[in-house]
Amino acid sequence: MKQKIFSSLDAAVADIPDGARIMFGGFGGAGFPNNLIQALSRKGIKEITAISNNCGTREGELGIMFKNGQVRHVVAAFPGPHSNYFQERYAKGEVTCELVPQGILCERMRAAAAGLLGFYTTVGVGTEVANGKEERVIDGKRCILEKPMHADFALIKAEKADELGNLTYRLAARNFNPIMAMAASTTIVEVDEIVPVGSIEPENVITPAIFVHRIVQAKGLRYAG
Amino acid sequence: MPDKPRLSREQIAQRAARELSDGAYVNLGWGIPNLIADYLPKGITVYFHSENGILGMGRRAKPGEEDYDLVDAMKVPVTLIPGASFFNQADAHLMTRGGHLDVAVLGGFQVSEKGDLANWKIPGSKGIGNIGGAMDISAGAKNLIVCMEHNTKDGAPKIVKQCSYPLTGIECVNTIITDLAVIDVTKNGLVLREAAPGWSPEEVQAKTEAKLQVRGRVPEINLG
Repeated sequence: MKQKIFSSLDAAVADIPDGARIMFGGFGGAGFPNNLIQALSRKGIKEITAISNNCGTREGELGIMFKNGQVRHVVAAFPGPHSNYFQERYAKGEVTCELVPQGILCERMRAAAAGLLGFYTTVGVGTEVANGKEERVIDGKRCILEKPMHADFALIKAEKADELGNLTYRLAARNFNPIMAMAASTTIVEVDEIVPVGSIEPENVITPAIFVHRIVQAKGLRYAG
Repeated sequence: MPDKPRLSREQIAQRAARELSDGAYVNLGWGIPNLIADYLPKGITVYFHSENGILGMGRRAKPGEEDYDLVDAMKVPVTLIPGASFFNQADAHLMTRGGHLDVAVLGGFQVSEKGDLANWKIPGSKGIGNIGGAMDISAGAKNLIVCMEHNTKDGAPKIVKQCSYPLTGIECVNTIITDLAVIDVTKNGLVLREAAPGWSPEEVQAKTEAKLQVRGRVPEINLG
């Protein structure tokens, strides 16, 4: 069996290079890989492209990475009213940002995961997000071409992993995590609990182990911000 | 002369609640729409959808009952009703975009006479703005209701010929519910369905940039 379990958060993120494209799961305070984010920030990473629904809640979630000036570009749907460290850096031109409609962000990641090279959608037609995108008419509807979004790494949060990397999620902490798990070259998951192979019923697996490359148990920060 | 009384934000929500039918799958956006769940007509069950992957959201959690893994799109701890389900964010927006929800209710900064919606950024405001799920929802909703004040704090009309604010979606709004009126967006323009108590159609029109059509007698808004 391939060894996916890492003994520490720091070891799990040790080889993520400066400038990497990294997805971060989480929505509304739930399902953020807060302990992995802290480890990544602690290691002094620089110049990353972050792909995340929001841009942190004060110092919490991704906020610490913006506070420390570790993000060069961010792709987000809803930077958020409490993303003050992002907003300060954005106003100074130290961070660039691509705003993407939330469901389209999901579908672009799914397209990357599925080996698709893009899709047409009516979402965003006639708005700022259509700027620079190919527009056409299909079945009488105006639509724009959206391209896949891939990442080098995905940092996600799940409730349980078995030793193979099959994952379950708790309540609405699932959100972006299973999607990002599929769209990155290397997916690193922090979990509350690691259980033996076979102890998660196959029909209860939400993210199959094929999408999970590193597992680390995290007991620290659950909700940040 | 000061204006006549208008509906409160709660009353706008109360009126909007009457547009929901028993068994409907409904998404509520930020702002006034988020108040609608408190005013559901008695005896009906509505399955509230949240874009973070919940169908069947119940009331807000009481103190001591909060679980921060179970929050709505505004980050507020909520509860579930029997029959609820969880799914990922992509499937949540598949529901919004794919026309699976019966009704979506969003807040608005401006709505045009063609039903264009602007609700994610105020020109000149600080920062980049927040799109969130609003573009997916407005593109795919079978029935999109916008709840907002009829005028800005400065008195400017928010129902306009053409939106001057950055757009969320084009020709997507079906009904506008404000503190002065219920207005339907039709192929032939805006139709005034109801007016706030004490307001004549002419008085509502005077507060509206876009032309409002009147078909027969316009009843008062009934909060039910």
